[in-house]
This record gives sequence, structure tokens and C-alpha cells, in this order.
Amino acid sequence: MILNRDLVIIGAGPSGLCAAKMAAEAGQKVLLIDRNPQLGGQLIKQTHMFFGSEKQYAKTRGFDIAKKLIDDVKKYPDLVEIWDNSTVVGLYSDKVLTVLTGETYRKVQAKAIIVATGASEKVLAFENNDLPGIYGAGAVQTLMNVYGVKPGEKIVMVGSGNIGLIVSYQLMQAGVKVLAVIEAAKVIGGYKVHASKLRRLGVDIITSCTIKKAIGKDKVEKIVTVRLNEKWEEIPGTEKEYEVDAVCIAVGLSPLTNLLAMIGCELKYVGELGGLVPVLSKDYETTIEGVYACGDASGIEEASSAMVEGYITGLAAAKKLGKVHPQYDELMVDLRKQLDILRSGPFGEKIRKGLAKLEGVKEVC
Amino acid sequence: MMRIKEHPILDFSKERKIIRFTFNGQEVYGYEGDTIASALSALGVKEFSVSIKHKRPRGFYCAIGNCSSCHMIVDGVPNVKTCITLLKEGMKVETQTNKGELYDLK
Ligand SMILES: Cc1cc2nc3c(=O)[nH]c(=O)nc-3n(C[C@H](O)[C@H](O)[C@H](O)COP(=O)(O)OP(=O)(O)OC[C@H]3O[C@@H](n4cnc5c(N)ncnc54)[C@H](O)[C@@H]3O)c2cc1C
Ligand code: FES
Repeated sequence: MILNRDLVIIGAGPSGLCAAKMAAEAGQKVLLIDRNPQLGGQLIKQTHMFFGSEKQYAKTRGFDIAKKLIDDVKKYPDLVEIWDNSTVVGLYSDKVLTVLTGETYRKVQAKAIIVATGASEKVLAFENNDLPGIYGAGAVQTLMNVYGVKPGEKIVMVGSGNIGLIVSYQLMQAGVKVLAVIEAAKVIGGYKVHASKLRRLGVDIITSCTIKKAIGKDKVEKIVTVRLNEKWEEIPGTEKEYEVDAVCIAVGLSPLTNLLAMIGCELKYVGELGGLVPVLSKDYETTIEGVYACGDASGIEEASSAMVEGYITGLAAAKKLGKVHPQYDELMVDLRKQLDILRSGPFGEKIRKGLAKLEGVKEVC
Repeated sequence: MMRIKEHPILDFSKERKIIRFTFNGQEVYGYEGDTIASALSALGVKEFSVSIKHKRPRGFYCAIGNCSSCHMIVDGVPNVKTCITLLKEGMKVETQTNKGELYDLK
């Protein structure tokens, strides 16, 4: 049996939730699917206050933003149907989705689809990088902040971008000792405020340094780090050993585009946006009509832009299905302006460069 | 025990219902709201499966359902993503040592 639905949104992170809200506001029926038991995507594990502007809830803690966005969607119980604990395992060119909920397998025929699947954490190649106890930084954040469990007692963080810095701080808050944050580049990747907070707690942030290998039988027990020269080559004799029971890898995210690849929309490699990203129109429509992508799945940025992109996509997808939001034009102008503001300034430079590479296909600010 | 007891922002002090399950035949417990992976981690268990070819130990990696590093046999069903599967009373959780065998649907 095949179930018929109008607009299906895959992923209930900030982007998918915002898309659902806007579409419902326009009067559009939505099916929102997420594989996790809790909605909210990456926000549910973020205990820190957000930067950005008032409109995207700056100075609010991530998990509180998630609650707000979920409430927004639950205001439309007649329009928004939610399937949690449900993984979309297939996406076909005739807009059929296959969904697995526990042992139940369902087929859904959609009229339009929004892919808001977020991102996955990158892995790093080094000897024994597969030992248990070597975790993605986001995974450790989930374990601690959602489930209240420490990943270990003594940890080294690999990567000093914002995620590496923020998760290090949160590890200390949970009572875990962060022995060092190491960074292969010459400079710290994340915001200075986050780095200073860590330094005040006595955490060493070591630049031009990487992890050489992990040591352990059934789990990580030790790691060896090594310093790098200007050419990113290992400097012999600078190896250092740390006794650890966990290691966190925070070397970036890449867009989760496997479903987009499966349905066959055009993808392009753009390093600045995290890897393979879908080619999009300014309304976030992929090269397949009626299939949209927004949030981290369309290029790694941050929650604030993921939300705004979600709103735009929700408006556009609803319009495509004949439900035009009463304030469609004003909202679109305002939302696009918000995105421009979010991407202005030095930290938006990488994103602007990345978007420019998609050359006018994706909206360029 | 790896449970966080005190935290400056989050409150983990609330009493939660105990959920009993077995891990490789041994009776253990976690709490309501735990995933299988979080309950095992709290017990200090890091090895969830072994790799298919070289039989190297594997733990979880992403904790959000992306990487398949946390596969285990749960109530006889192999390849269950334990990082996004909630713990239930009486569950039988086992370390997975092969790519999974066909099982009868309940
Ligand atoms: C440590 C950390 C700190 C951060 N700090 C900030 C900050 O201060 N400010 C800021 O603006 N941003 C911050 N971010 C970034 C922000 O969290 C992300 O950019 C944002 O969550 C992206 O939203 P999204 O909706 O695109 O994806 P996600 O939040 O990743 O949501 C995607 C959802 O899709 C679901 N999903 C994926 N695949 C499937 C499938 N096949 N079937 C069903 N469901 C699926 C997932 O379960 C998930 O719930 C931070 C991120 C991290 C990790
Ligand atoms: S740890 Fe990655 S899927 Fe469970």
C-alpha cells in the first residue's frame, strides 16, 4: 500500500521545523519525518547561548530554541503530521519515499519534498582511528547533554573550530578533564571568546599539532600527537603521549546529501560548504522540480541560517502546491535580507565564497 | 559510573524510572529516556560490535544515526542502530560479531 501526502519534510532539525511552520502557516499540509526519538536536530544538545541576531533567538540556549520551534509546529495539529523514530531509507525520482519505523516499512507518494537532513561529522585518518572511545565531538555532546552520560574521564579534543571549542567547554562543565585541544592549522579555527573561556580554565590549545596514532587493545588508552611544520609535515622528535580514555574528533561536518544523490539531483563539490552540495534555485529547489533542500544539507553553515533557509523553503514549497502565504512577498524579502546579514562580516566570508562557486544557481549574496 | 550528577546548566538529579535489560546475558539497568548506547556507555561498555572482516572492536561514533558504527543485536534482530533506539524493559542486547543473520519477523 502506498500512502499519499502533499508536502513531506525529511529531518526535523531547525531547518525542517521552520520549513514545516511556514508551510503550515500558508495552509499547507505537511508530513514531518525524523529518525531520532526527539525532534530538534542538533539543537537539543546545545547548552550554550547562541550568537546571531534577535530574530534567530540569539542569547537563547540551543535546546530552548528547539523547544520553541517544536511548539511553533505543534500549533498546527491538523496540518502537521509528525513521524518520529522514522528513518527515510529511500527517495525515488517519482517522489516516492520509503520509511522505516522500527520494523514497520512504509511507502509514501509525495507531491513535493524538502530534504533537511543536516550534516554528518567527518572522520580523520590516523593509526587505530577505529578504536572504541574515539568519538565525533557532536556524539559526545549528545551523550553528555541529552543523556547525561560522560564519554570518559580524560580526553583530548582534535580540532579547534567552534564545535571543538564549545564541546571542550561542555566536557569541563560535565566534570571531564580536557587534557588538550590540538589543531593542525597555525591558528585557532573558532571564535576567540570560546578559546579564551577554555584557556581561563587552564586548557592547553596547541596549534600546528595533530594526532599521529591511538594505542589500546579493545579501547583507546593512549594517543600520540605530533607537531607540524609550515608544510603540514610531521616534525620528528616532537611526539607527545597522552593517557586518555576518550578522544573527540571535531574536524568539521559534511552535508548529508545521500538521499539527494539517490533521487538524482545535481550535486557539486564546494569545499567551503563542506563537500558535495545540491545545486539550488533561489527558492531552494534542486534540479528536480518539487524537490527542495535547506539547512546544513545544502551547505554547512549554522543554526540561524538553517532556520531562515527553512522558512524560505517552506514558503516556496507551499506556493508550488498552490498555498500562497498571505504575506508571501514581504516575508521573502525580509528573510533574504536576514540571510544577507547573517553572511556579512569576516566569518561569513567562507560561505559567501562557497555560494559564489555555485554561480548564480544558488542564491548568492 | 559515568552518569553526570552535577551540572551548571542541566538538571540530571531527577529520579528516573529504572529500565532493566540484559547485555550479553548479564542483567544490567539503565534509565527511562536512555538509548541503548547511552545506557551501555553509562555502564562503561565501549565495545558494541566487531568489524566484519578484521574483527576489530567497534564503539559508537556519531550518536545520531549516521555512521552505523553502533550496530548490535537487539532481541535477536541484528544491525540495530543502538544510538537512536530507546531502551525498553527486558531488552536482550548482544555484541554483534558478524554482518547479521536473517531472522524471523515477529
Ligand atoms: C557543537 C555545535 C555548536 C553549534 N553552535 C552553533 C551556534 O552557536 N550558532 C549557530 O547558529 N549554530 C550552531 N551550530 C550549528 C547548528 O547546530 C546546525 O547548523 C543546525 O543544527 C543545522 O540545522 P539542520 O536543520 O540543517 O540540521 P540538523 O539540526 O542536523 O537536523 C537534521 C535532522 O534530520 C534528521 N535526519 C537526517 N537524515 C534523516 C533520514 N534519512 N530520515 C529521517 N530523518 C533524518 C536528523 O535526525 C536530524 O534531526 C552548532 C553545531 C554544533 C554541532
Ligand atoms: S553511532 Fe553512528 S549510527 Fe549510531
